[in-house]
Amino acid sequence: MTNFGNYEERVKNFSWALSEQELGYKPGQRINIGWYCSDRVCQLGKAKKVALIWEGFTGEKKIFTYDDLRLYSNTIAQFLTDLGIKAGERVCLFMDRVPELYIGFVGILKTGAIAQPLFSAFGEESLFIRLENAQTSAIFTQKKHISKVRKIRDRLPHLKHIIIVDYDGKSPLQEREGPFSMEGSKKVEHYEIYPTYAETPSVIHYTSGTTGMPKGVQHVHYSLISQYITAKWVLDLKDDDIYWCTADPGWVTGTSYGIIAPFTLGVTQCVLDSGFSAEAWYKFIEKNKVTVWYSAPTAIRSLMKAGDEVVKKFDLSSLRHLASVGEPLNPEAVNWSIRVFGKPFHDTYWQTETGCIVITNFPGMPVKPGSMGRPFPGITATVLNPNNYEPYPEPGRIGLIGLKPGWPSMMRTYWNNEEAYKNKFRNGWYLTGDRARIDREGYFWFVGRDDDVINTAGHLVSPFEVESALLEHPSVAESAVVSKPDPINMEVVKAFVTLKPGFSPSKDLELDIMNFIRKKLSPLAMPQEIEFVASLPKTRSGKIMRRILHAKEWGEEIGDTSTLENE
Amino acid sequence: MDELKEIIKNYVINEYLEPDSEPIDYDTPLISGGIVDSFSMVSLKRFLENKYNIQIPDEKATPEAFDSVNKIAELVRQFVKV
Repeated sequence: MTNFGNYEERVKNFSWALSEQELGYKPGQRINIGWYCSDRVCQLGKAKKVALIWEGFTGEKKIFTYDDLRLYSNTIAQFLTDLGIKAGERVCLFMDRVPELYIGFVGILKTGAIAQPLFSAFGEESLFIRLENAQTSAIFTQKKHISKVRKIRDRLPHLKHIIIVDYDGKSPLQEREGPFSMEGSKKVEHYEIYPTYAETPSVIHYTSGTTGMPKGVQHVHYSLISQYITAKWVLDLKDDDIYWCTADPGWVTGTSYGIIAPFTLGVTQCVLDSGFSAEAWYKFIEKNKVTVWYSAPTAIRSLMKAGDEVVKKFDLSSLRHLASVGEPLNPEAVNWSIRVFGKPFHDTYWQTETGCIVITNFPGMPVKPGSMGRPFPGITATVLNPNNYEPYPEPGRIGLIGLKPGWPSMMRTYWNNEEAYKNKFRNGWYLTGDRARIDREGYFWFVGRDDDVINTAGHLVSPFEVESALLEHPSVAESAVVSKPDPINMEVVKAFVTLKPGFSPSKDLELDIMNFIRKKLSPLAMPQEIEFVASLPKTRSGKIMRRILHAKEWGEEIGDTSTLENE
Repeated sequence: MDELKEIIKNYVINEYLEPDSEPIDYDTPLISGGIVDSFSMVSLKRFLENKYNIQIPDEKATPEAFDSVNKIAELVRQFVKV
């Protein structure tokens, strides 16, 4: 029996108040995600239950109970309060998947400050852009990442505290730096949690668009209402589950469903702080007897590539529910998982902006391989005519996925960018930027993006950001960045480049530019191919026509070229 | 000293490690240890292909095959006499 039950019944009887009641929340009362993740679970009698099983790449293992989570998050919250961090200030988490990342997130929310998790593989420029935009006051990081922070520190006057969680005293601390040992500090039994309310900001996650710099998606503490009930119904999390969300908390899946939802539900979750390897992943599932596994298409396709034989070496019989997020899950991957695990991966669709799953294949319902599934109860989703932003009245038409705003975890704004936020709405619909069609049974089928944003391994990369960075390479005169198809990552970044006089195309120059972008922005943003060209296609007004380059990469019709400069 | 392994190790140190990082040896886990991720592996593969004028097929370029200097050297030696 699933938590979800019957779709039609759930839709008919749904109200977000149902989730509020289960959480014991009444409108107007205080609501703090940090308290829900730890103190409340302890008060429900689960203080000794394991909250987090953490394993590092060397095999080192740490186990934290819900009481540990409560005490350590109190300790972190008190540490921040003692530093003078006030409610509303932004506190960044820039770390690998270490316990301090998960527990620190909970601790930050207890202070009323806004948590700003950032992917630890970001290069210094990507880090700088996001810290500067958020005017971040403090950053938690590790020794291995401190040099990136040091390179940009002087340009960040708002950054008052650089906190190193694994400082070993081997090299001297520098300006604004301080050590903090979560497990070495005196545990704080009582911490006065800041009185946050439904609309108090909680988290900022940065996401990329076609134009402009990355945007800070701002969520509020009330988002918990959506995250809790979607995790319970879609991930089917139950009290005795061992849950593994493979997403990094630098991205929204890793916080909504890697911290907030599982901890609020009081389930045991495990984390593997290690790079990908099929054997290591299967071994981790076997060892921890994982029951619910939330992963991503890129990882699933990488497992497929590793072959069926390796699966047979492990006992994976504990697995009972599988789900996926990040990019469309191809039918082959669903069918493969049925063959090797005896159960399908359930595709879930949502975005940083939506804060929670909005369209999904539900447990207990037939999975249509390749389909995104159906809207979550309480979510009004449709496919809009791109010309007038009206829903198509009949199924089968391809249009823009639109969502009726109003669910609890919908973003409240883009940080310091209200104009970009307003631009996301038309005719009363939130525009996701994705295109799809709906079949006669109400299942959504993903078609593609409606813009030039590149979805690589489930992460959005802005072509504009990569193009801007490319221009800083001494050899690059002009650049255009598009996606190209990739069997594992769905899309990867490809750059077209014209060179300045005195530079000639070569394999070594291509590698040099690739590494330049990798270090400056991130490995995700690194072009996996650079094509040196004599000129780029432009409109007569001089605007680069990415559309033409994109069409060539994807083998599509180039379309109207009447505005092309050289036509 | 094995020249091939030294070249690979030095490239990893210069390109993927931050200053003040822990030293690595030929057996340090690179992929599982989070030093080189799956995206960065593309640039490491490209370096080896350029340097030794070889083509490493995608099916051979697995996270396991790139997980240490020793394993990478073993892979490269399948394609070139170094």
